[in-house]
Amino acid sequence: MSLPEITGHQSAASVGSKTGAFSLPTSATLSIAELKATAKKIRRHIITMIGKAGSGHPGGSLSAVEIVTALYFRVLRHRVADPCWPARDRFILSKGHAAPLLYAVLAECGYIPLADLSSLRQLDSRLQGHTDCLLVPGIEMSAGALGQGLSFGIGVSLAGRLNSLDYRVYVLLGDGECDEGQVWEAAMATAHFKLDNLTVIVDNNGIQLDGWNRDIMNLEPFARKWDSFGWHVIEVDGHDFAQLIDAFGRARQVKGQPTVVIAHTVKGKGVSFMENNVDYHGKAPSAAEMEKALKELA
Amino acid sequence: MSVSLDMAPREAYGRALVEMGREDRDIVVLDADLSRSTMTHFFAREFPERFFDCGIAEQNMVGIAAGLAASGKIPFASTFAVFAPGRCFDQVRMSVAQPKLNVKLVTTHGGITVGEDGISHQSIEDLALICSLPGFTVIVPADAIETVQAIRVAAATRGPFYIRLGRPKTPLVYTEGYCFNPGKAVVMRPGKDVTVIAIGIMVAEALAAAKVMNEEGIDCRVLNMPTLKPIDEATILKAATETGGIVIAEEHLEHGGLGSAVARVVGKHHPVPLAFVAIQDTYAQSGKPAELLKRYGLTAEDIQQAVRAVIKRKQQ
Ligand SMILES: Cc1ncc(C[n+]2csc(CCOP(=O)(O)OP(=O)(O)O)c2C)c(N)n1
Ligand SMILES: [Mg+2]
Repeated sequence: MSLPEITGHQSAASVGSKTGAFSLPTSATLSIAELKATAKKIRRHIITMIGKAGSGHPGGSLSAVEIVTALYFRVLRHRVADPCWPARDRFILSKGHAAPLLYAVLAECGYIPLADLSSLRQLDSRLQGHTDCLLVPGIEMSAGALGQGLSFGIGVSLAGRLNSLDYRVYVLLGDGECDEGQVWEAAMATAHFKLDNLTVIVDNNGIQLDGWNRDIMNLEPFARKWDSFGWHVIEVDGHDFAQLIDAFGRARQVKGQPTVVIAHTVKGKGVSFMENNVDYHGKAPSAAEMEKALKELA
Repeated sequence: MSVSLDMAPREAYGRALVEMGREDRDIVVLDADLSRSTMTHFFAREFPERFFDCGIAEQNMVGIAAGLAASGKIPFASTFAVFAPGRCFDQVRMSVAQPKLNVKLVTTHGGITVGEDGISHQSIEDLALICSLPGFTVIVPADAIETVQAIRVAAATRGPFYIRLGRPKTPLVYTEGYCFNPGKAVVMRPGKDVTVIAIGIMVAEALAAAKVMNEEGIDCRVLNMPTLKPIDEATILKAATETGGIVIAEEHLEHGGLGSAVARVVGKHHPVPLAFVAIQDTYAQSGKPAELLKRYGLTAEDIQQAVRAVIKRKQQ
């Protein structure tokens, strides 16, 4: 076995707090125009990574680009040089198949070298097909089996309360992922524990693996479900940075209950032939398709 | 058999379900948002009224299958092997195994040959989990031909079944005339010096290894053990007695799979040197299936090495 040295949170936890006490930047604050440019770069990374790997999940990576870009470049309090900073805001990617998106964002932030992106899914790469928290700094949780991220987030959020740390916890769920019973067990618990430092974002792209949510397992009335579980519900256009940033700001003001941001998105967003196309949930673009996609994202 | 078998076992499964669905109106199929991968979508297309996509909700799917079985239906429930019984173990235990219900769990993408998706999708513990449940019949077919027959046996036999299939296309080790006999090992190749007992994709590797060993002057018996539970004790003991050493090869953790079952049998009745070609106590990683088989020690060469080690221990 020659996997690289463990560098993620698990191993670095003890080291983290020593390095982070000084004036490291806590978060980037890009303008909307800069965010848009970054999003385009991230989309190009996603296409290139998955195209080169020959497998992966472009659809659900592309749909959440604005959500994750807004968080890392505008909302989260985090320190690239100190990924285990105890007071950091946590981003938990529950829909682990969007790993290429998170890797691209972490690379653009500087957590990992951009050059590493081309190793996605290759033997001995730390960029595993689904996120592995033991291998990549900045990844809070190993994922890939859907439905588990919100429960984990509750634990992280409760620990923040116990430790008197004022960090916030952001959990990104897929809409298909919300079929899992565990999501609703966790939704009930988050409200029960009155975790107002936790925000869920649902990438509501309308599509899961076998087809459209409404045909496979209807989620509607979706917003009302969250509302009846005790959540503050905000609905936004998940590709509109201003709306997303505004929603995260409003979530911070809500006291005594958690907030869910239902982000209406387009699966495959940004690449014409992938948009709203069930086939590109888990299919890599061919070389020709990759070229076409990158042209559209130029 | 009208299905052409030059295909991945999971595709053979999907096609066989359609044929069986035409013959028996009690056959119903469930999936958990993976029908495009498990190949139950063929059945869904032909019999939409008898197909239930439960969404990404494996626990619920197993419970629904139990209710259907208790009401006279023959449910085939499919998802990836990593999610059943992994994600729904207690539902399988209490809703299916304990009441001995007629549920057929057929899972795909078993083992590490899932490849690039990595550990969250690589099922290396499923056989240990499912074999721990009293009353389950557990089958891992070696190729598409054996798959179709095992599926048919499962449909025709009352009680809980677990059938594990892989993701890739698998070389055929059988010809059309083969007749799957549940609970029985198959002598793939006679031999008197040592026995390799293999399951699933490792059967083809075992045959390749035996050929090489033969050239080295080692007469290697190869058994396919498609039914992991209940295990064919008689054929294992015959091999132990007649060849005096056994290598077990499986695409699963060394803990709790075929190796454990064989060790139990020979340990109780006729101890002989054993070697295990299996995944050690570790998770694998992303990579191409062939790369992973090599990295985690599941190739014909690994079997050859194990055979040499067992022969050496026999001589001591
Ligand atoms: C527990 C579990 N069951 C099944 C799968 C297989 N799977 C991977 S992605 C996916 C569909 C996810 O749909 P959604 O949550 O809507 O994700 P998105 O549309 O954002 O890609 C499925 C069924 C899984 N990863 N985990
Ligand atoms: Mg979706």
